[in-house]
Amino acid sequence: MGSLHRFANPARFLRISAIVLPWCSWLAALTIAAGLYMGFFTSPADYQQGETVRIMYVHVPSAWMALFVYAVMAVSCATGLIWKHPLAHVIAQAAAPIGACFTIICLITGSLWGKPMWGTWWVWDARLTSVLVLFFLYLGYIALSGAFDNPARGEKAAAILALVGFINVPIIKFSVEWWNTLHQPASVIRAGMPSIHLSMLIPLLLMAIGFTLFFVSLLLVRVKSELLARRLRALRLSEIHRAGAV
Amino acid sequence: MPALTDFLSMGGHAAFIWPAYGVAVVVLFALVMVSLRTLKANEIAVREIEATRPRRRRRNAETDNDDA
Repeated sequence: MGSLHRFANPARFLRISAIVLPWCSWLAALTIAAGLYMGFFTSPADYQQGETVRIMYVHVPSAWMALFVYAVMAVSCATGLIWKHPLAHVIAQAAAPIGACFTIICLITGSLWGKPMWGTWWVWDARLTSVLVLFFLYLGYIALSGAFDNPARGEKAAAILALVGFINVPIIKFSVEWWNTLHQPASVIRAGMPSIHLSMLIPLLLMAIGFTLFFVSLLLVRVKSELLARRLRALRLSEIHRAGAV
Repeated sequence: MPALTDFLSMGGHAAFIWPAYGVAVVVLFALVMVSLRTLKANEIAVREIEATRPRRRRRNAETDNDDA
C-alpha cells in the first residue's frame, strides 16, 4: 500500500493530474473521432439488423463504462472505508455522476435500438431491469452522500450503499445467461474469441478506449473540483469559528 | 447530394440512430460543462477567501495590540 499512499496525497495527485489531463483528453477526442469515423464509414451494416447496428458503437461502450465506473466507485468506497484514504471518497463522489450519465445513455440508446429490432422500447427483463437498478444505485449514492449535515457521515453511508449495490454488477453481466431475455448475450467479452467481425470490433474497441480516456479526463477535473469544494468548506468553517471566538 | 441524403437516412432507420448519438452527445457535453463550471466557481471562491485571510489576520493582530 506504500506506493499507493504516495498518490493519495492530494497535492501530489493534483500535480500529476495537471500533467496527465491534457494528454488524456486529447487522446480521448482522437480515439472517439476515429471510432466514430470507422463506425459510420468503414464498418458494414449488419446482415440482420441493417444500419441500426451502428447504435452499438455508442450503446455497448456506454454499457461497459456504466459497469466499469461503478467498479471504480466501489473500489474507492472500500478503500475509503477500510484504509481511510484521503482521496478515496473524493474519487467515488467525482465518479458517480459520470457513471450515472453513461448508464442513462446506455438505457436510452438501448431503447432506441430495441424499438426497431425487438418492436418495443422497453421490456422488464433481467438485463434491462438490472441496468435500470444500476442507474438508481448511482442516484442513491449521489443523494445519500449529500443527505447529511456532516459530510463525513454522508460519504460513509453512501459508500456502504455503493458496496452493497456492487452485487448488481455480476447480475448485469450474467443476466443474459442466467435468465431468458430479449437482450443478446455477450459477443466481445466472453470465453474464446469474440464472435463479432473485426470490421465492427475495431471501431467498437476504439469507442470503448475513447470513452475510458474521456472518463479519466473528466474524473481528474471533478476530483480537483471536489478537493477545492472540501477546502472551501474547511475555510468557511474556520471562518465561522473565528467569528465565534471574537 | 444523393450520397449525403443516403447516409443521413441510415437505411430508413435515421429516426433511431441519430437520436441515439444525439442523446450521448447532449448528456456528455452537459456533464463536461457542469463539471468545468463547478471547478471554475470553486477555484474563484477558494481564491477569494484565501486572499482575504492574511489581511484579516493582520487586522486581528492590530486589534490585539490595541487591546494590549
